[in-house]
Amino acid sequence: MNEILQGLAQAFWLIVSLDTELITISLRSLYVTLTALLVSTIIAFPLAALIVVTRFRFRRFVITILNALMGLPPVVVGLLVYILFSRSGPLGVLGLLYTTSAMIIAQAIIITPLITSVAHQSMQGLWADYRDLLISINTSKPQRIGTLMWDSRRALITACLAGFGRGIGEVGAIMIVGGNIDNATRVLTTAISLETSRGDFSLALALGFVLISLALSVSFATHWFGKTERGGLW
Amino acid sequence: MFPLEVSSVEINIKGKRILGPINLLLKQEGISVLLGANGSGKTTLLETLHGLRKLSKGKVRWSIPNKLAAKEQSFVFQTPVMLRRSVLENLMYPLRVRRFSKPNAIKEAMHWVKKIGLEKKIIQQATLLSGGEMQAVAVARALITKPKMLFLDEPTASLDGLAKKTIEDILVLAAKNDTKIIMSTHDLGQAKRLADDIIYLHKGLMESHCLKDEFLNSPPSDAAKQFIAGDIII
Ligand SMILES: Nc1ncnc2c1ncn2[C@@H]1O[C@H](COP(=O)(O)OP(=O)(O)OP(=O)(O)O)[C@@H](O)[C@H]1O
Ligand SMILES: [Mg+2]
Repeated sequence: MNEILQGLAQAFWLIVSLDTELITISLRSLYVTLTALLVSTIIAFPLAALIVVTRFRFRRFVITILNALMGLPPVVVGLLVYILFSRSGPLGVLGLLYTTSAMIIAQAIIITPLITSVAHQSMQGLWADYRDLLISINTSKPQRIGTLMWDSRRALITACLAGFGRGIGEVGAIMIVGGNIDNATRVLTTAISLETSRGDFSLALALGFVLISLALSVSFATHWFGKTERGGLW
Repeated sequence: MFPLEVSSVEINIKGKRILGPINLLLKQEGISVLLGANGSGKTTLLETLHGLRKLSKGKVRWSIPNKLAAKEQSFVFQTPVMLRRSVLENLMYPLRVRRFSKPNAIKEAMHWVKKIGLEKKIIQQATLLSGGEMQAVAVARALITKPKMLFLDEPTASLDGLAKKTIEDILVLAAKNDTKIIMSTHDLGQAKRLADDIIYLHKGLMESHCLKDEFLNSPPSDAAKQFIAGDIII
């Protein structure tokens, strides 16, 4: 018990003194997840809009696949990315294993189906309202996609927040492809896991606080966006 | 673009014929009014002419290729469709789709917003307008592109006397400025005020297409006679 209290005190100190290691690891976490999120949104939003405005034969099938991909266990994604980038793997020559790039790729794979699915759902509803009008105004397909994305931007931001939450707290995949290397690929979750197993609670707790406050900010932001959406504030 | 030639058009849904066969020749001049009881097929006919419905049989032919003709048409839906944007942005939208510059689109939109008397609500979210205000916005948004052909599906159904007069004046002016208008209405008084010719639909069939006075003085059928007298048609 004493150990834990001591750890708490030290954690507090690490945070208020802006400990270099703590800051570096937190920033790396943010860098990895935000980049993964950026990649995901660039793929997910137009893809979701395209699925909404296009009638093609395997539409239902694609949507089902997407929803199934949402449930992919991160560890398995990690394993697949690992195999892909391991020295003897098909993309081994790129030398990306145990780099933040590999972690970004793994997280992007985990987040993309989630964001696509949430984005698809909200744009589907909007399309039901807009369809006749946009066809009548003689819009091109890219214009339809642009309009849907713009007019559902609040829902899309909420989708981003959900994706961020999923990415920042994820540990399985980035542990495998990143390797939790000090000063290179160590991020919040992997560091917490390591420090805990080492018994160094102070750093683990301090990192945990940072992670929790990030997660809380996300859910507050989500709540706030939900409110403005209903109020139609912007 | 004119005349519009409709030959033996039928619309069947799930094996049931809901419209047709329709043969119709529409010339450039004037306002054509579409009359008929609820469910007689007015909306279906308008949407068919505009190209929103899949033809089961027959042809809808403009004197120019349908693709070009589509750019010269606007449609005001029976239940107005508002984009989830401000009133001004709703009015700007068709112009932006047609690659007008933003300043030009704003200028035109301001001009129209004054015509419909909503200049105090330009930044309001259009989905929060009253039903009548939405209809006015829908009419203005349809006319802002100076279409050669304007379809209106009961555009003044929920408007009070003054608002109705505003819209009717706008329509008369548009018709004078080379916009062909075809509109459906349940308002016989409106038909008397606006129509040059009248198309009468009954149970999916076009019972007559003739000049207004001819229709009013010698109704083409018992159903039409009762319709004019305001009787209920079985
Ligand atoms: N998508 C559809 N599926 C099935 N039936 C349809 C469909 N669209 C129209 N109908 C039917 O076709 C008939 C004509 O409908 P339409 O909406 O054209 O009537 P309307 O003259 O516009 O009536 P109202 O005055 O009430 O607006 C109706 O009986 C309607 O139920
Ligand atoms: Mg109708």
